[in-house]
Amino acid sequence: MALLDVNGLKIYFHTRDGVVKAVDDVSFSVDSGETLAIVGESGSGKSVTCYSLLDLLPKPPAKIEGGTALFDGEDLLSCSLERMQHFRGNDIAIIFQDPMTSLNPFISIGEQLIEPLIYHPDKARRLSREDASKRAVELLDEVGIVDAPARFNCYAHEFSGGMRQRVMIAMALINEPRLLICDEPTTALDVTIQAQILELIKQLQQKRDMAVIFISHDLGVVAGIADNVIVMCEGTVREAADTESVFYRTSDSYTKRLLAAIPEGAKTMANRAEEGQPLIEVSHLKTYFNDYSSPAARAEKRQVKAVDDVSLSIQRGEILGLVGESGSGKSTVGRSIMQLVPITSGSVSFNGTPISGLSSSQLVPWRQRMQMIFQDPYASLNPRMTVYQTLVEPLLYHGLANSNNIEQQVQQLMDDVGLARASMRKYPHEFSGGQRQRIAIGRAIATKPELIIADEPVSALDVTIQAQVLDLILDLVERHNLTMMFISHDLSVVRYISDRVLVMQRGSLIEEGKTETLWANPKEPYTKNLLSAIPLADPKSERERLSS
Amino acid sequence: MLRFAFNRLLQAIPVLLIVISATFFLVHSAPGGPFSADKAVPPEVIRALEAQYNLDQPLWQQYVSYLGDVLQGDLGPSFKYSGRTVNELIAAGLPATAELAMYAMLVALIIGISAGVLAAMRPNTMQDYLPMSAAMLGICMPSFLLGPILVLVFGIHLEWLPVSGWGDIPGDKILPAITLGTGYAAYIARLSRGGMLEVLSQDYIRTARAKGLSEPLIIFKHALRGGLIPVVAFLGPAFAGLLGGSFVVETIFQIPGLGRFYVQAAFNRDYTMILGMTVFFATLIILFNLLSDMLALWLNPKLRQQAGGES
Repeated sequence: MALLDVNGLKIYFHTRDGVVKAVDDVSFSVDSGETLAIVGESGSGKSVTCYSLLDLLPKPPAKIEGGTALFDGEDLLSCSLERMQHFRGNDIAIIFQDPMTSLNPFISIGEQLIEPLIYHPDKARRLSREDASKRAVELLDEVGIVDAPARFNCYAHEFSGGMRQRVMIAMALINEPRLLICDEPTTALDVTIQAQILELIKQLQQKRDMAVIFISHDLGVVAGIADNVIVMCEGTVREAADTESVFYRTSDSYTKRLLAAIPEGAKTMANRAEEGQPLIEVSHLKTYFNDYSSPAARAEKRQVKAVDDVSLSIQRGEILGLVGESGSGKSTVGRSIMQLVPITSGSVSFNGTPISGLSSSQLVPWRQRMQMIFQDPYASLNPRMTVYQTLVEPLLYHGLANSNNIEQQVQQLMDDVGLARASMRKYPHEFSGGQRQRIAIGRAIATKPELIIADEPVSALDVTIQAQVLDLILDLVERHNLTMMFISHDLSVVRYISDRVLVMQRGSLIEEGKTETLWANPKEPYTKNLLSAIPLADPKSERERLSS
Repeated sequence: MLRFAFNRLLQAIPVLLIVISATFFLVHSAPGGPFSADKAVPPEVIRALEAQYNLDQPLWQQYVSYLGDVLQGDLGPSFKYSGRTVNELIAAGLPATAELAMYAMLVALIIGISAGVLAAMRPNTMQDYLPMSAAMLGICMPSFLLGPILVLVFGIHLEWLPVSGWGDIPGDKILPAITLGTGYAAYIARLSRGGMLEVLSQDYIRTARAKGLSEPLIIFKHALRGGLIPVVAFLGPAFAGLLGGSFVVETIFQIPGLGRFYVQAAFNRDYTMILGMTVFFATLIILFNLLSDMLALWLNPKLRQQAGGES
């Protein structure tokens, strides 16, 4: 018998709008030393499945309607809370997606680390504070926290994202669990940090012969580390097999769709960049912010050099990719070009005319000619405005429509971005994430701009939706003759969409080139690192990449 | 932290100045004067009295000289209690009022926090509805109603506790403290329920659960500190409110506190007394607000470190 055997698991959510079958008849098993990946898009039930194993679901609304989950022969779904507290953190541990919100901001990480040891439900196994602290420091050291004894008393906000996730891993491992559940542990992290964390989990698993359940939406991540994969969709298991079968020999239509949606390879559309006067010219742009991060920084009036001497140009018709890890200043470059943040020095010219330094009223006519698409369509649309109101606002503000043709213009926009005309009286919350991003794109192209700056427009979307939105963007660029700056941390997406790529690191441009040239022959070590850290959605080549 | 406190104290100066000026001109614009209520006083006596207290001078001169006195911490002589200064009267009434406020705060905190935390642990069940309905009742119930009811039940009917007095008979401080604290307990219950609900839905509470910690440990160690920040922020205004708002309770239970001076002063047009009490309470409100803000700051490690470096 396997270490964990889940059979016929059913979890329904009883909401006001009726019963939602979040997990419907799911079965799988995982054994010591094995890695099982659960793959699916948001709402597929993959996290709910795993949370139910540790009784972490809010009940109500969630209710377990059937099935068993035998861990070492004992059913996790029907055991008492007291018994469950024995399993939690001791036999079964879990790492969550966002290490910032998953660590208590009020308690030092050292104290949080030793809690499973000093409050062990089995009194005989409780450690003293000193012994527990010693063990925690050793573990922090093992997961790669430099200067662990000094960092022991720090708080979560004093760590970077990758370091926080290392702390989370140490916390999960402190009682030597036999099963480790990883819920999208690298989704909130940069690609190079992701590679380090995946490597760390792999090593720790081998050393301890743990079973690992790895939840992810990213098939690239899964390809390299999983022995077996189950693909979930809308609460049911679409496919369950060993990794190679799923990637190479799947017969399931949904799995095929998932695999096909991964942006792969070069841009297929021709480069439409025109010669001559660039549409955007940025020279020696510096955007500094005041640094409030630490008392010393504030006292000395230190500044964060978000963008430090960046010069670039965008030709008319070109799609320029801007890549870099979080904190590299890529979004600030976009916002500085749009004049959404005050720049410290340097200049931005639009079609040969300098626009930096203009007052906000002087900028109005320019705003019509350049628009922005933001990352999170949940946050960037006003929840109290209907789609119609959202789309009409820029048209009326810039005097591009009158009462006779406005209805028709909005209908045209809805058609353009692939939304049903009938839904234009609806509010943002009535749409899915992908549809919302379509609304945001519609809002951006409403004024018929020449330039669009898209700041991570697909990062918040599921992979199949992401592919649709990318194709929509490419289609619109061609039809409306747009020039675009595409900002993303996802290198595969940037490769799929851009003609030329700029790489940013710590506020500076460090490399630029035609997309394919750069991919084939990166010069800077940073770019090489970045490119080699991209997980490939192909088990054989991904494993070769990892072992090399 | 010290710099934060210093900045806040600097901001308090214009606030106090506005309070003093507004009160000064308001009480002087009210009809009548401190000596007009007394019957059959010859005009020359009134004039002599007014001259003694500088009331015959132009208003702006009185204002300037009063400001000068206040700056030196002198709130002036009382017009009604002859021979005694406002400072003395406040010093005489403050101990009882402060003690009452402290007990009331203790009652409010103990009842309020436990009710709020209990309610937040099982939202939308009886464990939530019961304490929260009681809290609603507590907010609605004025102390001039609650006080007599408590006296009737526990003092007269059951004869468990004394019905009035302060420090004369053992147990005579219990009913006033409960009467004054109940309304605040209700507010604190609602604040702590809201704060705890917010914190209990955080990811880090799920993490604590996933670590196998027991529910009491999760509530007391992981949730309480964040969940009570709204309560801490309310403590300052609440304590100042308890000090300034105890008049009704002091009257019901015959407590020799500040409240009765304040109300009497208004009826008597005892200008210096009204002004003195107002300045005193305004200063207390500002101070307690500052204290509770500093406490809230100190509870959050991130803010603590940011503010800490400023000192």
